[in-house]
Amino acid sequence: MLNVKDLAVSFQTRRGAVDAVRGISFELEKGEILGIVGESGSGKSVTSFALMRILDVGGMIKAGEAVYSGIDLRRATEKTMRDIRGREISMIFQNPRAALNPIRKVGHQIEDVLRRHAKATRQNARDKAIEALEAVKIRDAAARYDAYPFELSGGMCQRIVIAIALACDPRLLIADEPTTGLDITTQKAVMDLVIELIRARQMSSILITHDLGLASQYCDRIMVMKDGGIVEQGDPLGLFSNPQHSYTRKLVDATPRAGESIRSLLPPEDRKPELPHEIGDDALLDVRGLTKTYQGKSGPVHAVKGISFTVKRGQSVGLVGESGCGKSTTAEMLVRLMDASSGQILFDGEDIAAMPARAFAKNSRRGDIQMVFQDATDSLNPRHTARQTIAEPLQRLGHLRGQQLAVRIEELAGLVGLPYSLLERFPHQLSGGQKARVGIARAIALEPKFLILDEPTAALDVSIQAVVLNLLMDLRAKLGMSYLFVSHDLHVVRLLCDHVVVMKAGEIVEQGPALQVMSDPQDPYTKELLSAAPKPPARRIVA
Amino acid sequence: MSGVLLKSIARRSGGLDHLIYVLRANPVTMFAFAMFALIILAAVFGPSLVPYDPLATNAANALQSPSLAHWFGTDSVGRDVFSRVIVATRLDLSISVAAVALSFVIGSVLGSVAGYWGGWLDAVLNRVLDTIMAFPLFVLAMGIVAALGNTIENIIYATAIINVPFYARLVRAEVNIRRNAGFAQAAKLSGNSDVRVLAMHIFPNALPPMMVQVSLNLGWAILNAAGLSFIGLGVRPPTAEWGIMVAEGANFIVSGEWWLAVFPGLTLMIAVFTFNLLGDGLRDIFDPRQRT
Amino acid sequence: MAIANTYPRLRAAVSRIAQSIPVVAGVVVISFLLTRALPGDPAAYFAGAAADEASIQEVRVALGLDKPLIQQFFIYVGDLLQGDLGQSLSSGQAVAADLAKRLPASLELTLTALIVSCGLAIPLGILAATQPGSWIDHLCRVVVTAGVSLPTFFTGILLIYVFYYLLGIAPSPLGRLDFIYIEPDRITGFYLIDAAVAGDWETWFGALKQLVLPAVTLALFTLAPIARMTRAAMLTALSADFIRTAKAAGLTNRKVLYGYAFRNALLPVVTTLGMVFSFALGANVLVEKVFAWPGIGSYAVEALVVSDYAAVQGFVLAMALLFVLLNLIIDLAYTAIDPRIGFSSK
Repeated sequence: MLNVKDLAVSFQTRRGAVDAVRGISFELEKGEILGIVGESGSGKSVTSFALMRILDVGGMIKAGEAVYSGIDLRRATEKTMRDIRGREISMIFQNPRAALNPIRKVGHQIEDVLRRHAKATRQNARDKAIEALEAVKIRDAAARYDAYPFELSGGMCQRIVIAIALACDPRLLIADEPTTGLDITTQKAVMDLVIELIRARQMSSILITHDLGLASQYCDRIMVMKDGGIVEQGDPLGLFSNPQHSYTRKLVDATPRAGESIRSLLPPEDRKPELPHEIGDDALLDVRGLTKTYQGKSGPVHAVKGISFTVKRGQSVGLVGESGCGKSTTAEMLVRLMDASSGQILFDGEDIAAMPARAFAKNSRRGDIQMVFQDATDSLNPRHTARQTIAEPLQRLGHLRGQQLAVRIEELAGLVGLPYSLLERFPHQLSGGQKARVGIARAIALEPKFLILDEPTAALDVSIQAVVLNLLMDLRAKLGMSYLFVSHDLHVVRLLCDHVVVMKAGEIVEQGPALQVMSDPQDPYTKELLSAAPKPPARRIVA
Repeated sequence: MSGVLLKSIARRSGGLDHLIYVLRANPVTMFAFAMFALIILAAVFGPSLVPYDPLATNAANALQSPSLAHWFGTDSVGRDVFSRVIVATRLDLSISVAAVALSFVIGSVLGSVAGYWGGWLDAVLNRVLDTIMAFPLFVLAMGIVAALGNTIENIIYATAIINVPFYARLVRAEVNIRRNAGFAQAAKLSGNSDVRVLAMHIFPNALPPMMVQVSLNLGWAILNAAGLSFIGLGVRPPTAEWGIMVAEGANFIVSGEWWLAVFPGLTLMIAVFTFNLLGDGLRDIFDPRQRT
Repeated sequence: MAIANTYPRLRAAVSRIAQSIPVVAGVVVISFLLTRALPGDPAAYFAGAAADEASIQEVRVALGLDKPLIQQFFIYVGDLLQGDLGQSLSSGQAVAADLAKRLPASLELTLTALIVSCGLAIPLGILAATQPGSWIDHLCRVVVTAGVSLPTFFTGILLIYVFYYLLGIAPSPLGRLDFIYIEPDRITGFYLIDAAVAGDWETWFGALKQLVLPAVTLALFTLAPIARMTRAAMLTALSADFIRTAKAAGLTNRKVLYGYAFRNALLPVVTTLGMVFSFALGANVLVEKVFAWPGIGSYAVEALVVSDYAAVQGFVLAMALLFVLLNLIIDLAYTAIDPRIGFSSK
């Protein structure tokens, strides 16, 4: 149905031509779902844009061909392409809210496509658009017809994007990271819907994703891309049980799944023995009835509704929940960047919630409670070098100067695995993983007793996530820190944490030892979270 | 100023290489930098370089068209237009630099405080700025100079007041988006007080867009000051100033003595043009995406 | 309020109108401060240079300058509410009456210029954004940068020199109508409209000839910011994700460009118009002086020369109120185009 041969795409940039896709070949059968998996910069999205001929300015197909049902997509006229797009081949995108015209009613946006491809007339366009909305299982479709994108949730927006894509019954659907940025339960609902529709209409599909687990769950065949080339393709089971290429192996290893240890995320040669960490009996942190209420525009917003839990000395606790559940607010209160509305935070027996957040910078406890931020890029001052960033807490709170300071900075760089030569670089000259290391070095500079990790790997590729998680585990053992690991991903949390706290809508719905919560969840919400996460096939057997 | 500017550009963009690269790729910006240097030279050394006393009248030599002796001709009382145009650079530039510096400082402080702490301070500042912006700005400047008295200092104050909202709003926005940025929070965890976080971490990151604004604003301030003196406010004859020279020359344009108005007008235009090019160039260097 | 609750956009419009009340109050306060900020004795200024001690005292009592400042303010506001902006020394008339008489001339000039510049700048900006790197893009960049660098008073003088002195095709730059024509009967005060209503096409043409040069001068000045914003807004809109969705759905170029991109780009352009009005009203003063245009700008300049403070401050206040009104109209237009207004509190 689709036959791609030696396709190469390059971009004209200010620094000369950059090859984004380097001569890839693949085929797609009728009714097949093909997954293209790769980390950022692998050229997977560019491939899909090239097939649709909607590359950004400066991009061009340099060589090769892509034949769809006898039409050469590279050489077809622009007019032919416009007829193909939406009617023969459709596409859905990541970030669904931005993918919709913000000032046009969603019903009209569907009508535009229907009318364009003569699937509807002025008279019946409205009815057909409502049908299309019903097809993607939107309840009360007639009322949603008049909605604007900003009035709808992210998941609902993605359904609209799917409705637009499928309105004209195309034969091929390209889904470019369709669930990135959506909550895990929404992600599952959207993916199930897409697959159901594809199967029901006997369409072919290309699913582009960074998540090997997701791809293996939904695709008939998977193609792994790296640096613009295909490194391996095959069926999901085979790929997981017997990956051929070293990169695929690394990717398979790094994908978290049930029943694995944190070291197994790394390539076998890097798996040093795990360092044990000791959990004390006394509570380092005791949170009692913590609440946070904002004054919203339409009445008070209860972000955190009286939660209580303890973190023992040396223990790692995972705080899990979907966006808006109050987990980040909780983290900010604990790290004393935000004042609680009520409740106590007993740290080493002292109620630190009683001290206002704005004065806490001067408190002697400041160095004991630190945090690693979600977005490494955002958490580094763009005008400070790595050295200046790591030096800041040492100078302000540790009062180190001169030679002492330099020695300590290099010691820390060594501890987090940051080459000394990178210390003089600015954040934009560092990679994602390196920025994460700088952020961690700053957080542990004063050897805090308690470290809050706010989704520290959310913005990282899985292979780098694997390395960072292992680094965090080693540091915990070496420095004897307690962790609070805030995350939306139970599988990642399980790897590092002894104890798990699950939050929903500002309340704790379940907490207990990590293994117990994972294997025998009590609350329906925990069960839903667990079942919504992609389940990659069992791993290959390591000799 | 340009030294600091260049250093900050180089630092921001990762080394001098990038700066050289951008300048080479964009000769217009290079041209703007050269013109800027020329204007500074004229302002600093102009009065000691010009061939004639800009105030010396010579009735016998009035209304001469441009010649080798008088490159830009002479005016109705026989003064050398070229000398007057060059000497005026210092005055025009001082007025605009003083005004822009004042509004930069006031706007930065107000905008930073409002953007960081928000609340009622922010609300009050916004009301005040809204009120200033509710006047057509040139008209407000007229009103202020008319009310405070017709002097050069008052021209500077008036120009500064009408520019404050631009700086305050820009800084407020830049500070506000970074108020909860990870690096600002991280700085608090490192033991910095709010004031320190604001001054050492957040504000320096707002400087690049401010520099663009300063450059564009200098041009606009010159236009504004010249406009005020064109309608008879601020600078008084016989002082050499571009706006007033154009105003004096305007009376002769209908009888064909074009050089009286055209040369000071052109110089004024080129000066403003230089600052605008410079501003666009800086914008290019700091943020290529915003190229317009 | 039931209607307002069902129609959030209507509610937004009503609240937008309410928002201009504090702004008007602020404008009145500043105007009052400007009239009282005169160094020395304001009464002496308001009474004029030729006044003797008795008439200064008369003015002082008339203006309430012998009373406390706060009371003076209420007298000032009371006068304003009755439309009293004081007496002009130079014309001997009430300032409000003078301004009302001259306002149409200014509005006719400013609006004509804005229509001309929008008509040129918006297509230019769109073309430049859709064909980056083309000659029209370069033209746009030159026009934009050169345009904002033009001192309006100088452009006006250049145009007079070229079209009146050298080429002789423009009429003499003195006012709205050459003396050989008779003023049309005042209906709107806009000569072009009044003459057209009267069917006096000779006068209409005469008024148009006078209007061309000043309007072009002003239009050249306002062209730049509008073109710049249009181009930038179009570029932003065209690189948005939803444009990719529209393209991937096979919509025609026309639909993508105008139905999707331009509609979105229009919003920031409309916002910029507020700033452009501010510039235009300021530049208007200079253009009126250059072309001896009998509007409120040249009235203020004449008043400045003879230190007629009541007239100048009356002019400043009138301009501010006019600008607040224009901004209100722009924002209401914005409310009408952008469905998100009224929901933004979410």
